[in-house]
Amino acid sequence: MSKYTEEELKVELENKEYAYGFYTDIESDTFPVGLNEDVIRALSMKKEEPEWMTEWRLEAFRAWEQMAEPEWANVHYEKPDFQAISYYSAPKKKPKYESLDEVDPELLDTFKKLGISIDEQKVLAGVAVDIVMDSVSVATTFKKTLAEKGIIFCSISEAIKEHPELVKKYLGTVVPQKDNFYAALNSAVFSDGSFCYIPKGVRCPMELSTYFRINQAGTGQFERTLVIADEGSYVSYLEGCTAPSRDENQLHAAVVELIALDDAEIKYSTVQNWFPGNKEGKGGVYNFVTKRGLCEKNAKISWTQVETGSAVTWKYPSCVLKGDNSVGEFYSIAVTNNYQQADTGTKMIHLGKNTKSTIISKGISAGKSQNSYRGLVQIGSRAENARNFSQCDSLLMGNNCGAHTFPYIESKNTTAKIEHEATTSKIGEDQVFYCNQRGIPTEKAIALIVNGFSKEVLNKLPMEFAVEAQKLLEISLEGSVG
Amino acid sequence: MLTIKNLHASVEDKEILKGINLEVKAGEVHAIMGPNGSGKSTLSSVIAGKEDYEVTDGEIILEGEDIGELAPEERAHKGVFLSFQYPVEIPGVSVTNFMKTAINETRKAKGEEEMPANEMLKLIREKSELLEIDRKFLSRSLNEGFSGGEKKRNEIFQMAMLEPKLAILDETDSGLDIDALRIVANGVNKLRSKDNAVIVITHYQRLLDYIVPDFVHVLYNGKIVKSGGKELAYELEEKGYDWIKAEN
Repeated sequence: MSKYTEEELKVELENKEYAYGFYTDIESDTFPVGLNEDVIRALSMKKEEPEWMTEWRLEAFRAWEQMAEPEWANVHYEKPDFQAISYYSAPKKKPKYESLDEVDPELLDTFKKLGISIDEQKVLAGVAVDIVMDSVSVATTFKKTLAEKGIIFCSISEAIKEHPELVKKYLGTVVPQKDNFYAALNSAVFSDGSFCYIPKGVRCPMELSTYFRINQAGTGQFERTLVIADEGSYVSYLEGCTAPSRDENQLHAAVVELIALDDAEIKYSTVQNWFPGNKEGKGGVYNFVTKRGLCEKNAKISWTQVETGSAVTWKYPSCVLKGDNSVGEFYSIAVTNNYQQADTGTKMIHLGKNTKSTIISKGISAGKSQNSYRGLVQIGSRAENARNFSQCDSLLMGNNCGAHTFPYIESKNTTAKIEHEATTSKIGEDQVFYCNQRGIPTEKAIALIVNGFSKEVLNKLPMEFAVEAQKLLEISLEGSVG
Repeated sequence: MLTIKNLHASVEDKEILKGINLEVKAGEVHAIMGPNGSGKSTLSSVIAGKEDYEVTDGEIILEGEDIGELAPEERAHKGVFLSFQYPVEIPGVSVTNFMKTAINETRKAKGEEEMPANEMLKLIREKSELLEIDRKFLSRSLNEGFSGGEKKRNEIFQMAMLEPKLAILDETDSGLDIDALRIVANGVNKLRSKDNAVIVITHYQRLLDYIVPDFVHVLYNGKIVKSGGKELAYELEEKGYDWIKAEN
C-alpha cells in the first residue's frame, strides 16, 4: 500500500483501474508565443472543437483583456508576461533523457523515499521507458467497469466532442468565464483536463483519479476539470500526485468545477506537489487555481487538499450551498518551506436553508516561507439555520517564517450560527528533546509532531493517499529544523 | 552501569554542576536529594544529553562507554531513560503511536527489524496490565489534557515499554497526591531488576517510602556534599536542608 514496487505496478497495469487514455493525440508543433483572438481560434481548431466552444473561449478572452491581475493575496512574485507564453504545444514525444543517470540525483532520491518504482521514476523524470505502459487491455477493463454503470470519465477535449450536451449545459456554470482573472484566462486557453459524469443513483465503484502517477507527466498548464454528480450519485475523485512534478511551465492556472445535483455527494481530494523552487527561492511553479463546487438540495461536497509544492499558491476551493440541507466541507493541509508562499483557504456560500459547512485548515510554515489562510463564510438572507464551524491552526518551525489568518464572515440571516477557532503554535525544542529522549531522532520527531498536528485532515484522505501524503509531509519539511 | 567523573556543566556560561562524582551499579537505586536550585534537574538533563547545557569537564560513562558526546537519541538507544518532571504535550499523536515510533526507532538504530504489530500489541497489553493502565488512555493524544497523575503514570508506562538500563526519575512525585504517588511507585518497583538501575531525583523524602533507595546523595550548589544509606533521607527530612547549607 505505502510502498509501490515494480511488481505492484505491473500487477496494477495488468489488472485494472488504470486511468489511461487521457491525452488527445495531436501531431503538431508548438504555437509561437503570444495571445490574441487568432491564437484562440487556431487553438480551438487544432482541438477540432465545435463552433460554440470557440465562441465560449473568445468570450472569456474578451473579458480577460479587460481584467487586471489580482493583487489582494498575501504573496509577492514577479507577474508573468502573458504574451511570452505559448498557448498550444503538442504532447512531447521525445524523451528528455536517455537514462536515469542523467537525471538530477536529488530528484531521484526523493522518488526513492516515496517508494516509486524505477519505471515510474523514468516516466516522471522524462526518461525513455521500455516497458509498454499503454496496454490496451488495461484501459479497456477500466473503461468497461465504468461504462457498465453509465459513468463517463474522459478528457475534457473528448467530452466536448462526444458529450457536447453535458459540457454545454454545465461548463462555466459554477466558475463563470469572467469569475476572475485566472479563471478567464483558463476559459480562453484551457489545454485539456478531465471530465466526469456519474448518472442518477450511481455510486462510483472506484476512486477516480488522474493520479495514476504516470499519467501526470505532461499535464497541461491550463487544466480544466468538470465533475457532474447527477441526483443521488456518489463519486470520490483524486487529483494530483505525491511525486514531485518538475514542470517547465512556471504558471499553472487550473479551473475545477464540481456540480452535485440533489442528494449527490462528491469527495474531491488533491495532493499538490509542484516544484517549489530551490532552497534560495529560485524557480518554482506559480499555482493560481479556481476550484468551486455547487450543491443542490441535500447534496454534499468535500474538498480535501494537501498542498506541499509550488513557489506561490493561490487557491480557494469553495462550495456554493444553493440547495436546502446541503453540506460543504473543506479540509486542508498547506506546507510551506524555504521561500514558498501560500495564500489558500475556502469560501462557503450558504444560500439554502439548513445548510452546513465545516472548515479545518492546518498551515505549517518552515524556513523563510509565508503561509496564509484566507476564508469567507457567507450566509445569505434566505439561509435559515445555516451552520458553520471553522478551525484554523498554524504550526511554525523556526523564527523566520510567517503564518497569517484572514477569516471573513458575512451574515445576512440572524438564525445563522458561525464558529471560528484559531490557534498558532510552534514546534518547541522541549517537544523535540522529549522525542529524542525516547530514542526518536529529530527529523522523525518533527514528522511525528507535524503528522499529529495534521491528523484531522489526513484522516479525510482515502487510505492509500493518506499514507503517501504523510510521507510527503516528512520529505517537504526535511532539514527545516537545524 | 553508570559512572560520572568530575562532571562540570554550565548553561549560558553559568556553572551549575561543579564536579559531580557518582557510581551507580546494576540493580541499585540511588536517590539524589537537595534543595531547590542545587542542580538536580540539570544533572538529569545533562545525563540525558539536553543540548542547552554545555559540559565543560568530566565524563559520563555508561557500561564502560563514554556517552558524553552522544546525541540524546543515541543515549536513549543505549538504555538511558528520563522520566520528565514536566512531560510535554504532543497533540494528535497517541500514546500508542508514540511508543511504537520510539521502539522502532531504537530497533532501527540497533540494526534490528521493526517490531511486528502483534508483538507490539502484546507488549502494550502486558505493560498496561502491569501498571494498571486503562487501555483507552493509550489512544489519547500524548499528555494532552492529562492530569498530573496521568502524566507521571504515562512516563512510567513508557519506561516499562522501553525497558531501559538506567532510568532517571526527575521529581516524579511532584504534583501527585498520595494515591497517585503509590501507583507510580508501585510501577517503578515492579520494573526494578538486578540488571537495571534507577536514579530517583526528589526534593522530599516521601517518595522514598515507596521506592526504597540503596544510596542517598545530597546535592548542594552543584556538588554531592553527602552520601549515605536510606537513613540519610530521614535525617534530611528531620533536620531540613539548612543543616547541609550550614555545613557547606
